[in-house]
Amino acid sequence: MSTPLFSVGQQVRIADRTPPVHHRVPAYAKGQVGVIERVCKLHGEPEKFIRGDGKPAQRLYRVRIPQSGLWQGYDGTAGDDLDIEIFEHWLEPTE
Amino acid sequence: MSKSWGPHDIGGQEGGPIDLSEHDTAHWEWQIDAMVRLSLSKGLISDFAELRDGIEHLTQEDYDSCTYYERWAKSLAYTLVSRGVVSEQQLADKIDAVRARQEAQGLA
Repeated sequence: MSTPLFSVGQQVRIADRTPPVHHRVPAYAKGQVGVIERVCKLHGEPEKFIRGDGKPAQRLYRVRIPQSGLWQGYDGTAGDDLDIEIFEHWLEPTE
Repeated sequence: MSKSWGPHDIGGQEGGPIDLSEHDTAHWEWQIDAMVRLSLSKGLISDFAELRDGIEHLTQEDYDSCTYYERWAKSLAYTLVSRGVVSEQQLADKIDAVRARQEAQGLA
């Protein structure tokens, strides 16, 4: 089992890229900054095995992003967050 | 949206009213579901992600005009042809045969 690159509470940025293959990062989350809410298990990563490169297990993280940062003019309850599960290779440290 | 990948990637966009009407699953829709599960269990396709990839490669026009199981059907056909499980000719011949049968039965 690989050692997680990120730890709970660490601030990360979700990569802003669009590979032309099924990937599990919606457009609205790309380029967003969030905080690691939890370190999840390893899961088969779809981008590689669709290209025929096997099904390598990759670390997943639950990333917490403030709703007010995602949506312009968000008028929901203050402190609303989005938790979204993102593979490690999509995350970069903010510092 | 420049970051968007494919016609499905519309989270957060204005979507209009939601159709909440109930509908029954047609027999052919169960058949597509069964074919997908059989293709997975027999290892003809590797994972649901492969079918997702096929659906996400539909043109915007096809994606918008197709129902849920029509998208599955298109993706499954595309995947099985690209993996060489069936040839384009075999698929075309089968579609012709089914159409002829339905016409003979007055269904098409």
